[in-house]
Amino acid sequence: MWWNSGMSVIEVAGLVKHYGDIEAVAGVDLHVDAGEVFALLGPNGAGKSTIVEILEGYRSKTSGSVSVLGFDPQKAERSYRERIGIVLQETAIEEQLTVGEVIDVYGSVFPNRRATGDLIELVGLDEKTDSRIKTLSGGQRRRLELALGIVGDPELIFLDEPTTGFDPSARRQAWSIVENLTSLGKTVLLTTHYMDEAQYLADRVAVIARGRIVAEGTPDTLGGRESASTLITFQSNGQSIEGLPSDDISHSENGRVTVRSTDPTRDLYRITGWAIDHGVDLVGLSVSRPSLEDIYLRLTGGDGDV
Amino acid sequence: MSERPSSFGLLLGQTQYQNKIFFRNPLAAFFTLFFPLMIFVVFALVFGNQEIDYLGVTTAQYYAPSMAVFAAVSATYTNLAVTTAYQRDQGILKRVRGTPLPSAVYMGGKIISAVMIATIAVLIMMVIGVVFYGVQIYAATLASAIMTFIVGVASFAALGLLVAAVVSSGEAATAVTNATLLPLAFFSGVFIVPSQDSPAWLDAVASFFPLKHFVEPFVSAFNPLTVGSGWNWVSLAYMVLWGLVAVFLAVRFFKWEAPTGGGGRSRRKKKASAAS
Repeated sequence: MWWNSGMSVIEVAGLVKHYGDIEAVAGVDLHVDAGEVFALLGPNGAGKSTIVEILEGYRSKTSGSVSVLGFDPQKAERSYRERIGIVLQETAIEEQLTVGEVIDVYGSVFPNRRATGDLIELVGLDEKTDSRIKTLSGGQRRRLELALGIVGDPELIFLDEPTTGFDPSARRQAWSIVENLTSLGKTVLLTTHYMDEAQYLADRVAVIARGRIVAEGTPDTLGGRESASTLITFQSNGQSIEGLPSDDISHSENGRVTVRSTDPTRDLYRITGWAIDHGVDLVGLSVSRPSLEDIYLRLTGGDGDV
Repeated sequence: MSERPSSFGLLLGQTQYQNKIFFRNPLAAFFTLFFPLMIFVVFALVFGNQEIDYLGVTTAQYYAPSMAVFAAVSATYTNLAVTTAYQRDQGILKRVRGTPLPSAVYMGGKIISAVMIATIAVLIMMVIGVVFYGVQIYAATLASAIMTFIVGVASFAALGLLVAAVVSSGEAATAVTNATLLPLAFFSGVFIVPSQDSPAWLDAVASFFPLKHFVEPFVSAFNPLTVGSGWNWVSLAYMVLWGLVAVFLAVRFFKWEAPTGGGGRSRRKKKASAAS
């Protein structure tokens, strides 16, 4: 696949992190190429933030090897920090300063910096340039944090749950900012609780549970989603469906009929043909693939905090 | 890649930014700049601005410099300890740590800003003393007063950062700074002119801590009976020693994240009370 040919930005092998007796990360391998958006998906306490904070240089590892942009993040070198951008989980920003002042002061430490005005426009805070941080709403703060994460024009951006607490329109806006970054060739490592976010933004997804990667793939193929059974459902409305030509039929109490199919084109043709021949009305007929969420819940053993 | 910003420019920017944070926080600005001034005015009113018997100076001539020292210590020790600890609680230090800004430049900006605030506090106090209370300033001892001030604020800035390094939260920093500064201020002759009858052990305790070594030489530089140029090398050396030990321990124990990890929802409520 195309990403295997790219230049590697993140290389992690056998990463382990203990907090006392607790094994927060239990042997993780990761490989992220330049220009990729890679999502770590998992319930709270699964270890995704620990992994990200090790890559960001905030935490030391217990064992394993970690290389990001060719650096060992644990050394927290200045030249490493000049090339990455970090959007932490919700943290405070100096309340007394204005949006413009905060972007100026945080931008001033980078050799390559985006112009304050452009950045404010990009995150949609134009009208708040001269407002104190304490007057911003939660969503506006989060967008400012996103701006602070990319003010140094980084090659690699860490987004730790970037849209938690956003309303749907703010979320769409945040997503379009991330898309804008990837169109510039930036690499993004994202953690999220939201299936739709991973589905929309990520080129590849790794599902983390109990400190391990339990599945990895594109959002479309994750966990065998591609080959999993398609569900054909309709309402029987008391009509007899005796003789319905299918092998795997289940009835629910409310009269809903579900047919599992590994060959939906053929099965659908047979079911609808049978219905026309027998004068049966297939009320509410629908065909669906298992959602990423179904797969996720199955992979994480249903202990998800979705 | 463009050129890296110069360390001097960064230091300047960080200092300005810390100054903005301080002066836009009315409560911190009030307690640091005007509270000592208020005590001074009240003392001058209560005691009357007459000569203190055995010292040979007026009330104002004693309390203007002593409250100036109190203001300078509040601006460095208390201010740095409390704001730094609250900024750590809020995750601001964690955010800074994730940028290429060298830690030394960030801390340097904080210290220079605190020293500037201390300078402003001392100037306000002395100017009001001179203009409204007839406080005299003597050329012969001015150099030693300035040196005492510089070494004193540097030492107390280091002690403030040491408190920030060892406490677990902003609330704890507030408690520790008040519980140390206020009693010491009473023992060390900041609020009460030391009486000749006070027990020797009290004087010994006060002499162990650095505050007395800041107040005594500074006040005596404004005493007309002081002979010579007022240099007190022992006190200066004492403050330098305290400062160096504080720097060493602060660097050794400083943490950039709160014990439970910076940021997070549960910490948001603290913003309201933050004195940053």
